[in-house]
Amino acid sequence: MSRVSRDHVERKVFGVLRRVVIFLLLLVCLFPFYYMAFLSFRPLDAVLQDPGALVPKPGEIDFGTYKEVLTSTENGGQGFMTFIRNSSIVAVSTVVLALLVSIPGAYAVSRLDFFGRRQISAVFLGVYFFPAILLAIPLFVFFTRIGQRGTLSGLVVVYVAQVAAVSIYMLRNYFDTIPASLEEAAAIDGCTRLQAMRHISLPLALPAIASNALFVFMIAWNEFLFALLFLVENRSKWTVSLGLSQLSGSIEVPTTVLMAGSVILTVPIIVLFFLSERWLAGGLTAGAEKG
Amino acid sequence: MPASGPTSPADSTLRAPDPPRQDDPPRRRRGTRSVRAREDRRAGYLLISPTAVIVFVMVVLPILWTVSLAFQDVRLLNLSTAGIIGDYSLDNFTEVVTSPGFIDALVTTMVYSVLGTACAIGLGLVAALALRAPFRGRGLVRACMLIPYVAPVVAATFVWKTMLNPQFGVVNHYGTTLLGWDDPIAFLSSAQPVSLFGIQTHVSVSLLTVILFEGWRSFPFAFLFITARMQAIPESLEEAAMVDGAAPSQRFRYIVLPQLLPTLAVLTVLRFIWTFNNFDDIYLLTGGGSGTQVVAVRVYDYLINRGDIGAAAAQALVLAAILAILVTIYLKFFGRSEEML
Repeated sequence: MSRVSRDHVERKVFGVLRRVVIFLLLLVCLFPFYYMAFLSFRPLDAVLQDPGALVPKPGEIDFGTYKEVLTSTENGGQGFMTFIRNSSIVAVSTVVLALLVSIPGAYAVSRLDFFGRRQISAVFLGVYFFPAILLAIPLFVFFTRIGQRGTLSGLVVVYVAQVAAVSIYMLRNYFDTIPASLEEAAAIDGCTRLQAMRHISLPLALPAIASNALFVFMIAWNEFLFALLFLVENRSKWTVSLGLSQLSGSIEVPTTVLMAGSVILTVPIIVLFFLSERWLAGGLTAGAEKG
Repeated sequence: MPASGPTSPADSTLRAPDPPRQDDPPRRRRGTRSVRAREDRRAGYLLISPTAVIVFVMVVLPILWTVSLAFQDVRLLNLSTAGIIGDYSLDNFTEVVTSPGFIDALVTTMVYSVLGTACAIGLGLVAALALRAPFRGRGLVRACMLIPYVAPVVAATFVWKTMLNPQFGVVNHYGTTLLGWDDPIAFLSSAQPVSLFGIQTHVSVSLLTVILFEGWRSFPFAFLFITARMQAIPESLEEAAMVDGAAPSQRFRYIVLPQLLPTLAVLTVLRFIWTFNNFDDIYLLTGGGSGTQVVAVRVYDYLINRGDIGAAAAQALVLAAILAILVTIYLKFFGRSEEML
């Protein structure tokens, strides 16, 4: 009897608790981003006078912050247009190069039997657990020595190396799910290995490649440490992340203007995330079931 | 080539140990297969080589180079003359390990990693449990919970810094007006130690804040993993427990939790490694001030502000070595029990 009532009580309690927890978690996850967007539309004076406001008052919405943050420095703005351009160049080049490198690599690891095939993914992933700051030191020295430290291309090469391992890992898992018999059939029809890869497996793997591209784009767009080490001396080369972090240290730029910068930095990522959320969530946890 | 399907009767005889069958047809088959295998091997090397080269040049070599740098007296100023071969000595290590603040930074790193990992996994578990039963809009809620993890770290830290600002931050505003705080709390610049039951701890207010930030930012990762594992638990187990009259807490304790333990163990290792190595979050939130200087931030400080590359490299190596030791110990202790489950 007591057990039944315990069951009953617990169901009631956890039922209520569950709603409370979901509500609190949503609040904690979303509020900072709401607050970011909200502040970006408010004039600084209003924020200082009424810091507790949580909903826009009529007539208070102000797009001036976006204008200021995007205008070039020559015209008195913060020059985020340049940062957006730099970030886009870096992120898109990283995606293209990383895919060029990792699609063949993932295919090889998944399909072809060669010496060291099993070890190579382990090595790649193992490397991934070294602190980024440890890698940063020699790369900083190296790129300084060859005079490439302030360039976007140097940064792209570093990023490609950083994402290659994860990228191969994600793509390999997908190639593994494509039946090898399809390619064998093509081989009987006279296709070489590479032709079979191009005409059979690659088209089938397109969803995985697309989600991998988005994943790499997000990493490159968000990255901070290497951008800081490589590009900090030359403002015209700053990425959005770096620009925001550098400007937020100075008192001269109003917080609301920088909030507009934060929104500009965050929105592309959130949009991409919601476009690809289903694939990404699956890719990140692939293999989790095995424990 | 004889096409023998796995079900053909000839195949079942082939299964027997067959030294006498080493005659013509199989040998020919093996011959063509080895041509194919050799081609595959060559194609394999060809296809993997771009990745291998870039990872070797941009990751493996730099790691080795760090080792070399750590034993040399290299500074930003004499960088152009320093080579691979120089005067090797242990000076950097002695300097780094005996320098004031190093042990402190190490303790801070440990506290940050342990509590940050616990916070992230705890929150992730709670979130996964709360979202376990289906309801309308669950997919959307799940997606929303991943946002802290995917959002750019610079934007996330900046908005936290603004929210926690003592002058116009929304947290301090409501803390003083609604919650009755006497003074605004300088969450990110207060070195005041947090006291627990009257005992002063190593944790400063700022360190606690960055730990909470780490929990907030990383719990979605744990949430994703745990949710994926929970979906794989067979429903019949819990149904049987329910028939036996197990209350929800008992079902969690005796059915769900044991199934999750291996996943939680893996998550702990992953999160611990990443938190231990974390640089961005603390650098952006506090710059390493007021009791939050972890070793990664200290390495950066040596590298950029002091220009002492050798000491920075030595410190990074010490960091990596300690991490390796900790992970090995962890696997020694928990690796076995994990297999048993």
